[in-house]
Amino acid sequence: MAEHDPHAAKDPKAGPGTTGHEWDGIREFDNPLPRWWVLTFYACIAWAVVYWVLMPAWPIPGGQTNGVLGQSDRRNVATDVAGLQAARAPQMALLTSVPLESVAAHPEAGPVAQEVGRLAFAANCATCHGAGGAGAVGYPSLADDVWLWDGSLAGIRQTLDVGIRGDHPDTRFSAMPAFGRDGLLTREEVADTAQYVLKISGQTANPAAAARGQAVFAANCTSCHGVDGRGDMTQGAPNLTDREWVFGGSAAAITGQIQNGRGGVMPAWESRLDPATLNAIAVYVHGLGGGT
Amino acid sequence: MFLKHHQLLERNSILLTVAILVAVSIGGIVQIAPLFRIEQTIEKVDGVRPYTPLELAGRQIYIREGCYTCHSQQIRPLRDEIERYGHYSLAAESMYDHPFQWGSKRTGPDLARVGGRYSDDWHVQHLIDPRAVVPDSIMPPYAFLEGRPLTVRETIGNHLLANARVGVPYTQAAIDNAVTDLFAQADPNADTSGLEERYGDKVNMRDFDGNPGQVTEMDALVAYLQVLGTMVDFSAYEPERGNNLR
Repeated sequence: MAEHDPHAAKDPKAGPGTTGHEWDGIREFDNPLPRWWVLTFYACIAWAVVYWVLMPAWPIPGGQTNGVLGQSDRRNVATDVAGLQAARAPQMALLTSVPLESVAAHPEAGPVAQEVGRLAFAANCATCHGAGGAGAVGYPSLADDVWLWDGSLAGIRQTLDVGIRGDHPDTRFSAMPAFGRDGLLTREEVADTAQYVLKISGQTANPAAAARGQAVFAANCTSCHGVDGRGDMTQGAPNLTDREWVFGGSAAAITGQIQNGRGGVMPAWESRLDPATLNAIAVYVHGLGGGT
Repeated sequence: MFLKHHQLLERNSILLTVAILVAVSIGGIVQIAPLFRIEQTIEKVDGVRPYTPLELAGRQIYIREGCYTCHSQQIRPLRDEIERYGHYSLAAESMYDHPFQWGSKRTGPDLARVGGRYSDDWHVQHLIDPRAVVPDSIMPPYAFLEGRPLTVRETIGNHLLANARVGVPYTQAAIDNAVTDLFAQADPNADTSGLEERYGDKVNMRDFDGNPGQVTEMDALVAYLQVLGTMVDFSAYEPERGNNLR
């Protein structure tokens, strides 16, 4: 191996000197990294030491070095959220201080409730009830004035708080029996009852079947849906004489519902949203199509 | 300066070997040493329990179908995320996850607190046809889950055992009764006293997929989704306490 002497073995074409190594006539260029690169590299190492001092870095027993800046993401976000709440506080306070039934007409609280309610509805409720509360099969429309449960402002707020068939201890609860699946009615009786429901909802029905279904209806359905099939809001029994349906109003859908007795589940929002936001949603939903 | 001394290293193989060992050890220590004190990084919280066998099976389907490639399970401590998803995720919430499902990309929304937010029906409908409930969704449909019976009878006990070996506090009774507990959770008529004894009475126990006759992969996945982010009792959590502020 030759002694290192870059100048002694300078390559005539490429320019830079060689390292002076030679293996079987093969020599190696001495191409060091650019000086700016090397200096940047050392500067990064130096910065790392500075960073250890400033920021949380090293694990030590009982926690970590917290750094002289006292940086904490969790403290920062708590401050951020508190700042946001403070900025909103005067307006949000209106939503709880003004009585719920007066919010909508209140010159200051009304617009706040509309806007807060609209946004909170879009973020939390529209996933099931659809944009603008249009509803879908299995998820009631909130944009009409037909209500399964209490459609008053207080009633809507109550539904928001406790949910329907959910895990809240005071959740609203009703259960349509699965008349067909559980063998309470025969297949023919289910079909006849469906024809009767078609008839009272003003749709085309087979008169003979509907007449037979009327007796079945009277014996099995009236305690919840009422003698005239107009439902009972206190127990969440839908009115069967209107054209609004939760699970569909076709003969097949009505038969399916008598057969299987489905019931939707709405989560309770009491523990997820604050009272002011819940009031705003109640006002917004009531504005879409409230009842009484 | 330093540049010149490099020659010394390059020409002395023993010295070079020692220097390499030192450099690699530093890298190793930085990665490995914190794992020995990982307990300290986990907040002390009430309510977090190991997954029930049904939830664990659902979690396996979540991983199998690659849900993590589009959904994260990690609410970062940022104001806007807290506004949308709820309390930021705690380390304690994924301490029994092997492997954790924090994810790295949100094509769909974060799922860290999706539990209890929608009904079982909604989840089933959404997995069968996402567009049925979210018209502008780009999520692929997973309708086949509904028709596939959950076939983990042979493996679920070992799955619990494997988790126990890496530190999840499953009792021997939980491992022995894994199959019973799994089917009890999805059967509205089952005797769930054992399940409640082992996992607490807050466990969601019901038929999840609307088909009480069979325990399907849909049951398992929905059971898993419905427990996400619901375990910690935040009323008892002290964000300022000890090492919780970080």
